[in-house]
Amino acid sequence: MERSMSTATSRALPSGASPAPRSSILVATSAVAAAGTMLMFGMLAMWLKFRDASPLRESARGKMIHNWLPADIKIPEVATNTMAFTMVIACVMAQWAVYSTRRDDSSHATVALAITAVIGIAAINAQVAVYLQMEMGLTDGAYQTMFYAVTGTMLALLVTGVAFSVITMFRAVAGRLGDSSVMSAHALYWYFLTAVFIALWFVVYVQK
Amino acid sequence: MNTVNSTATSGNASAPSALGTVANWITTTDHKKIGRLFVGASALWMLIIVGVGVALGIERIASDSAIFNSNSVTQLFAILRTGATFGVLLPLALGFGIAVVPTQVGSKSLSFVRLAMFGFYAWLIGSGLVIGSIIANGGPGGGNSQMVDLYLMGVGVGLVGVIAASVSLVTTVLTSRRTGLSLLEIPMFSWSVFVAAISIVLTLPVLLGSLIYVAVDHHYGRLVFGGNDGIDMWLGWGFSQPQTFLYVIPAIGLLAELAPVAARIRQPLRGAMLVGVGLVSTAMFGTVTQTSHMFVWGGTLSDKLKSAIPYAWFNLLPVLGVVIVILLSLLAIQKGKKRLIAPLVPTFLGVGMIVVGMAGNAVQMIDSAKLSGSVFEEAAVTYIAYGAMLCAWGAISYFGPALWGRKIPDSSVIGIGALGLFATVFAAFPYYLAKDQVASEVSDFDYSGPQAAFNTAVSLGHVLMLFCLLSAIAISIKSLSSGEIVNADVWSDQ
Repeated sequence: MERSMSTATSRALPSGASPAPRSSILVATSAVAAAGTMLMFGMLAMWLKFRDASPLRESARGKMIHNWLPADIKIPEVATNTMAFTMVIACVMAQWAVYSTRRDDSSHATVALAITAVIGIAAINAQVAVYLQMEMGLTDGAYQTMFYAVTGTMLALLVTGVAFSVITMFRAVAGRLGDSSVMSAHALYWYFLTAVFIALWFVVYVQK
Repeated sequence: MNTVNSTATSGNASAPSALGTVANWITTTDHKKIGRLFVGASALWMLIIVGVGVALGIERIASDSAIFNSNSVTQLFAILRTGATFGVLLPLALGFGIAVVPTQVGSKSLSFVRLAMFGFYAWLIGSGLVIGSIIANGGPGGGNSQMVDLYLMGVGVGLVGVIAASVSLVTTVLTSRRTGLSLLEIPMFSWSVFVAAISIVLTLPVLLGSLIYVAVDHHYGRLVFGGNDGIDMWLGWGFSQPQTFLYVIPAIGLLAELAPVAARIRQPLRGAMLVGVGLVSTAMFGTVTQTSHMFVWGGTLSDKLKSAIPYAWFNLLPVLGVVIVILLSLLAIQKGKKRLIAPLVPTFLGVGMIVVGMAGNAVQMIDSAKLSGSVFEEAAVTYIAYGAMLCAWGAISYFGPALWGRKIPDSSVIGIGALGLFATVFAAFPYYLAKDQVASEVSDFDYSGPQAAFNTAVSLGHVLMLFCLLSAIAISIKSLSSGEIVNADVWSDQ
């Protein structure tokens, strides 16, 4: 009896692997990123609609263009292009934080998160510089009103990204590196911010 | 014989004070309480919109009556439009979802429960701002610009709250299911709440973006979006069809859940039922384009197809989804035990009213029917809103044992459900017939026909619905605080 039982036990299949834990913070951040993407893309869609509905005029080069960006306003492309490159670097830093966390390297994770936060602040600073250089009043026209609305919304999202970076950095300083999903969520959020900013940069600052 | 006051010696704590109870509710992290807060607050909105429906109905009975001035009439219609969706449909969907879904998926609690609580308070504050601004002549088309700014802020704050609560629901269903429960195996009500929450997360931010544009323009210059009168043009899609289809998906999911429970059978063709619920959410692709997709039968074949395909996709496909759910529910009842449980009655009737409203919207979107701008559209909204309210009554009676441990008497559930059906039909169907009457107006009609009779019938319908609502609230409070104590799975035991 015992021999048959031990034989039966030895024939038993090994228990299956336990299911992988599901990361709530990562899923929630994905949902927030999806919502933020719809927010910005919806605003850009309205921007394009108004631009397409504006009358045509002849540009300085003799081409017929939409009379959307007023002729006397110049977009400071150095600042806007720098913002675009800087946002990409923020993603690299955020991913470096994930890499460091997976290796229990709290010091490098902290540095990466600090740089990400500083980059976010730099982007906010650059946006304010763009406003000052363009010297437009919010009520000067339809373009101006919508410009401030869409870039202001992007600015608000950047502020939330900086806040996320600062909070995650303090968690890293406190040694809470066991939960790498928070780092991954932080990186995902910056990827989302960069993607929507690139879209805004292309539509508002490049295509004008 | 001496008696021992066991309570005095056992050291039991005294009952919490009223202040303690209020503080407990205000700071709760219990998902069931948060859900009940949403549902309870929406009941106040229900009273408002039904009361406003009664007032406007009375105003419309005679062409020479003038209870309200033109500004007040504009604001009353604003309350109806905003309240039906923002105040009733959205919090009902979220409230029942937050209260019930974690338990159904086997989770200890809601994921990010404080986010859901933040969502409730943001929605509540937004509701307060909206009501206050409309009272002060600040709704869409209102005359007080500062109050219109307040209205826009209130809607914005409320939208942020609704999106936050929806994120919490999506995360709960995706990450907090008990081990071994796959996404396709979750109960139908949880599936429908999941689909609705995803739809809200993807569509309401677009409305928020439009609102930011309109609010900035309205506050500073009113150059672009038409000032006070342009608000309906740019934001109205968020409060009308087909966007409202997304808010009633949980009501449809409730029917899908109740039918096999009543029949004591596993749902046949369960996959098709999941698809049916999901089909209703296809309306979101139409709403985010922020244009109405009317069917225009004219021009070349290519023009006809260009008109027919988006019309069918955004207006007919959701109706197909609801029809699939209804048919599969009847199939379950036909194959199983033909047993009637009380919550099934108002739920079935409510979904029936919803599908009538959705079908009416599909007819209204046909250009040659010439129904746009008429009370036909008001009737469609009434069908959908009142149908959802009937389903909410079914939900309270069905989930009551699980949430409160008590049961509402079956006779009350069925009686109010049946009365609610009559109320809905009276409040809406005459306007399907009075298609020549202009929407959002209370005078200057052509009363040579049966307009007065139609308007009188609609008024009676709203009065009847007000009576149903007050009865439902009273019976709920009485039954759920001191009614029959039952097990949570009482519907399976019957």
